[in-house]
Amino acid sequence: MNASDENSLSGEVIDERSLLTVDELCRLCAVERTSIVEMVEEGVLSVELEFSVKLESTEWRFAGASLRRARTALRLQRDLEINLPGVALALDLLEQLEHLRRQLNLGRV
Amino acid sequence: MEFKDYYQVMGVARDATLGEIKQAYRRLARKFHPDVSKEKDAEARFKDLGEAYEVLKNPDKRAAYDALGKGPVPDWGGSEPRSRGFEGSGFGAAGGAAGGADYSEFFESLFGAAAHGRGAGSHGRGAATPESRDHHARVMLDLEASLLGGSRTFTLKMPELDAEGRLVERDRMLNVKIPKGVLAGQTIRLAGQGSSAGMPAGDLYLEVDFSPHPIYRVDGRDLYVELPVAPWEAALGASVQTPTPAGTVDLKVPAESHAGTKLRLKGRGIPATPPGDLYVVLTIALPPAVDAAAKAAYRAFADALPFNPRSSLGV
Repeated sequence: MNASDENSLSGEVIDERSLLTVDELCRLCAVERTSIVEMVEEGVLSVELEFSVKLESTEWRFAGASLRRARTALRLQRDLEINLPGVALALDLLEQLEHLRRQLNLGRV
Repeated sequence: MEFKDYYQVMGVARDATLGEIKQAYRRLARKFHPDVSKEKDAEARFKDLGEAYEVLKNPDKRAAYDALGKGPVPDWGGSEPRSRGFEGSGFGAAGGAAGGADYSEFFESLFGAAAHGRGAGSHGRGAATPESRDHHARVMLDLEASLLGGSRTFTLKMPELDAEGRLVERDRMLNVKIPKGVLAGQTIRLAGQGSSAGMPAGDLYLEVDFSPHPIYRVDGRDLYVELPVAPWEAALGASVQTPTPAGTVDLKVPAESHAGTKLRLKGRGIPATPPGDLYVVLTIALPPAVDAAAKAAYRAFADALPFNPRSSLGV
């Protein structure tokens, strides 16, 4: 599984320190800006605090973790035809479930 | 080629109404959606389900499917772009489908390979935009890749244009340097490594997940390890050896520890910025009472320590 480092590709990590603009998030999710704005309005995505929702959407910045959340939201919306408040609920519950599963795993020998 | 029983996939009777089919689809889609389901074969089941629904919800396609084995199969020529499925999302252990080119061979023999032909300019919601052929995939990493860094090889199914300019899916092998400290849920961006089916080539995004580790459990950037100690080590305190990602260290177990006591080794988790911690969770291992000497020792133990472990239960 380990290969020589010489021919391998290097990438950058999108993490919580990477701040994505609304246009970057649009490109990464292949959606129009209105979709991102809707997701913010419904609480699916949250804008980083120092870039308040009160600002124009072009000024918003999103933590790297928003990428996974936005893409999951779009898939759920598209595949299960859930509306955005439903998607927001599903994502929150999925997160709780993931947390509980981790706790359960931690308690297992 | 494998025959697909779409009715069986959806769990409906051959004379099911459109309403019943839709209902079955919704129920099973929620059950097997790869973002929701923990079933092992969820992705494959969801794909089959989407394909079955695509056929059975459409009266023409359903009639063509039902006519199978009853005569020549009509040539339907094409298929409308599919609105379901995971095109462009790239699910699965080593990536996944993109560009809508993920129908089964069986489906394509029935409805034509035109289902492939969405072309580089398609506007599928899950697909990349024509300007940038970005590609997203989810990859499973062993924890060591993040702990130590190093390269890993992935085989991803990625859309490419064939000689006739049609969008096809090909396996592509990629050797990727894993950034040390990468965490589950984070994404690695590889500039210019997206699909070659567009101009210019897009970027490749690898969403990281960890496969289960034999020793460590992962919670964000923190690691957990269960460390068995002997009853006397827990009761009296001891210095014991514990594994850490950086190698074995001596750990001081405080006196009067019990099962579940959690000891934190700061900064010894995943080497992210900031680094995570390693939590050592104690379990008490009992020496087996296999021979006369061990049994005698347990009896002496019982005589010396009057102890009711069930006092909190009132018995």
